[in-house]
Amino acid sequence: MKDLGIYIHIPFCNSKCYYCDFVSFPHKDDRIDEYIEYLLGEIKEYKELLKEYIVKTIFIGGGTPSYIGGQHIGRILEYIYKNFNVEALEEVTIETNPGTLNREKLKLYKEYGINRISIGVQSLNDNLLKNIGRVHTSVDFYRNFDLIRNLNFKNVNVDLMFGLPNQTMEDCKETLEKITKLDIEHISYYSLILEENTLMDKWYKEGKIRLAEEEMERDMYHFGINFLKDQGYKHYEISNFAKDGLECKHNLFYWQLKPYIGFGLAAHSNLKDKRYWNYSNFKDYYNSLDENRFPIDGEETINREMAIAEYLIMGLRLIEGVNKNDFFNRFKIKVEDLYEELLIKYKEQGLLYIDDEWIRFTPKGLDLSNIVYVDILP
Amino acid sequence: MQNVKQTNIRNFSIIAHIDHGKSTLADRLIEKTGLLTSREMQDQILDSMDLERERGITIKLKNVRLNYKAKDGEEYVLNLIDTPGHVDFNYEVSRSLAACEGALLIIDATQGIEAQTLANVYLALEQDLEIVPIINKIDLPSARPEEVKKEIEDVIGIEAEEAPLISAKEGLNIEAVLEEIVNKIPAPKGEKKAPLKALIFDSYYDSYKGVVAYIRVFEGVLKPGMEIRMMSSNKHYEVTEVGVTTSKQGPVDQLEAGDVGYVVASIKNVKDARVGDTITDHNNPTDSPLSGYKKVVPMVYCGIYPAEGEDFNSVRDALEKLQVNDASLIFEPETSAALGFGFRCGFLGLLHMEIIQERLEREFDLNIVTTAPSVIYKVMTESGEMLSIQNPTNLPHETEIEYMEEPIVSASIMTPTDYVGAVMELCQNRRGTFINMEYLEETRVVMHYDLPLNEVIYDFFDALKSRTRGYASLDYELKGYEESELVKLDILINGELVDAFSIIVHKDKAYERGRSIAERLKDEIPRHQFAVPIQAVIGSKIIARETVRALRKDVLAKCYGGDITRKKKLLEKQKEGKKRMRQIGSVEVPQEAFLAVLKYDEK
Repeated sequence: MKDLGIYIHIPFCNSKCYYCDFVSFPHKDDRIDEYIEYLLGEIKEYKELLKEYIVKTIFIGGGTPSYIGGQHIGRILEYIYKNFNVEALEEVTIETNPGTLNREKLKLYKEYGINRISIGVQSLNDNLLKNIGRVHTSVDFYRNFDLIRNLNFKNVNVDLMFGLPNQTMEDCKETLEKITKLDIEHISYYSLILEENTLMDKWYKEGKIRLAEEEMERDMYHFGINFLKDQGYKHYEISNFAKDGLECKHNLFYWQLKPYIGFGLAAHSNLKDKRYWNYSNFKDYYNSLDENRFPIDGEETINREMAIAEYLIMGLRLIEGVNKNDFFNRFKIKVEDLYEELLIKYKEQGLLYIDDEWIRFTPKGLDLSNIVYVDILP
Repeated sequence: MQNVKQTNIRNFSIIAHIDHGKSTLADRLIEKTGLLTSREMQDQILDSMDLERERGITIKLKNVRLNYKAKDGEEYVLNLIDTPGHVDFNYEVSRSLAACEGALLIIDATQGIEAQTLANVYLALEQDLEIVPIINKIDLPSARPEEVKKEIEDVIGIEAEEAPLISAKEGLNIEAVLEEIVNKIPAPKGEKKAPLKALIFDSYYDSYKGVVAYIRVFEGVLKPGMEIRMMSSNKHYEVTEVGVTTSKQGPVDQLEAGDVGYVVASIKNVKDARVGDTITDHNNPTDSPLSGYKKVVPMVYCGIYPAEGEDFNSVRDALEKLQVNDASLIFEPETSAALGFGFRCGFLGLLHMEIIQERLEREFDLNIVTTAPSVIYKVMTESGEMLSIQNPTNLPHETEIEYMEEPIVSASIMTPTDYVGAVMELCQNRRGTFINMEYLEETRVVMHYDLPLNEVIYDFFDALKSRTRGYASLDYELKGYEESELVKLDILINGELVDAFSIIVHKDKAYERGRSIAERLKDEIPRHQFAVPIQAVIGSKIIARETVRALRKDVLAKCYGGDITRKKKLLEKQKEGKKRMRQIGSVEVPQEAFLAVLKYDEK
């Protein structure tokens, strides 16, 4: 039996944040029921194919999964439990936004086995939230967080962003201080990235908004790393911090390139030597399922050379880095035999730390990781 | 296809300023003579190169054969030979004109005569062509045909009273143009029984047929099976096909004196069918080749280098292929410390240079790097030797130079009187010497300036257009050399001299140019792990300095939902960009940076 991670995409939300380029449709409530039916249909299609896998993690993402009714989430999970082997299930996460949770929803989540709640807080400064198109306030967050703890959820993540328009170093510190007071298990602390075709990217190009200078943005990052470490968090991935033993197991599937499968619109899967992704519009997604086909929009076959490169690229996102023995066991060749020149070069440039057992980024390397990644790509 | 009798052939070209409607008229003539139905017509048939369409200009001349039944009841063959319209391409115009007996002169009824039109009219008059004026765009409300007629008579000195008033765009009065061609332009002369004498006015390389040469037969007959000789090289070939171009190429039995068509003769090496050469019968040669072609003189030089060293041979092959279509392009191998092996190329002007660069990239899919353009300077050394320098790198040390000379052009700038001040200011900025100003009419003048060519090649044409809202036009020709105080401006990147950026510049302009180049390079060079200083220096004196700050961040913050494919695409894009960079010492310089030195910053 092989371990498997499952991702479920809920493409609905309250309103589209200015920086968001994920597949999500605000206020399409009339489409939710239909979508769930098709989603269940897709899950069922995989029953045979996934017989030899054992599900370890489930991650419900979006969109805003907590935007839709808790009974939908319950049905989806129930369906997964019914169709796949879940006897060793360890982690079931749902993404939520402040202001979308209530006691009933959370109770349903609990009932259906959700044991990890991720909250898209982003910042506790209401002005900054408004600037990036978030529709909640810091008060919404506190209220929802209290509920979550009341219902005894013991594994909570918050997403925080830095490098926001008009954000000062003080804003950044303040949010971190307030959040860490709450003794939260896991924190994603990531830099705002302008993706193409987002409102924010458009405004930036039109000169309507200004982003933090690179220097300040990095200062925010470095401050966050040090501050969170001081507060007892382990920095275990470029943008992720966790209390001991509470790393996100599902995301580790991605970083360690273990098999995972994505259900729903635009979801990505990684099985054997294939990576593929679903249609990102309802019509094609539904039509495929109506015709009993997998709703797959595109796929990529990963040859050995690419598999090795990806293993390094993803693995190096982890702060502990890539273990040389694991590499050898996986590919039956020493990493030095393949990348000797590159490893020496970046060690000399101070981007990589290398010892007998591990290859990892130095703090400077974490800031400039793409330089190394670009070189690793075949 | 039938051969027509010589008296029913008309060979003509069209002379017009850019935008005056030459291509549109050509389209209408083609349409009117029924070569293509209007549904089949693509806009602007003759400008079939993408680049030409985009820029709205004709670069490579082409020809097309039209059949027309005139009002006198006779069937005529009208050979239209298209000409380019930009100041850089005078040579191509002269080739085209030499194959004709007449030319249509198109004048925009709203704009009147432009400098470029005049220059081409003079070229046509030099070839003794019959000039047939046509007044276009009379559908526009601001058309003033009577004034324009008078202008043609006053300025050019040709009869314009009967000039057809047309609108090529609206298809108005096109038949009148066809009648004028038949009635005004003389039929070709030339003895069919004499030894073959044919002029190559254009050619291109076809991967199946070899070189296809467009020709005008002046005397004799040309047909398949004949042995022909290129008179400049004395090489000979057997003719495999002759033909004419209607909507597409098609073979004919033979081409006779007066005809325009093409010849294929298994010519493998493009250098053996030079444009301008005379073709004759190898077994019965003519005594003397045709004359009348201007010798090509490149005015602007630059280095063209493959972005990746291994492409050197591909660049050479591509340049050779372009050269067969473009006799004005010259090149020879050279080496640069910064860029490795490449070519020094000579062009008619800056536009010509840009077109060649773009064609190399688009048609041959090559990544190239271009160095700053230069003109040919004359350098008198201390030892009394006169050197010609077209690559700044080869300039001797200043202590070895007695004096230097730079090429000066006589420029004619035609402009509405409103912009006289703006034009004067521009010319003064560019070290021009005012000669005189003539009034063509109350509101239009032609200004004569002597300008250093090295000032003209740096976006002078663009600057002129922008200062006159596009109304001014420019023509220039080489006047000669004058002594000048010139210095070599070098650029150091991270302390290393990059020869590809060196330019020769007037002493008074050096500071400004140095600062502007350093600023532009600062914007073009990406941030590295270390700070990269950029310095502009003359000799050992630093005149400008900029710094590209060190890179602090190059990271993909989040990898969400397992979408590794997309993250990888971003990295691949970055890798692709890196490939397009040149490594200079430890600094990666994008190709765009090499263009930074081309532009003056005049804001």
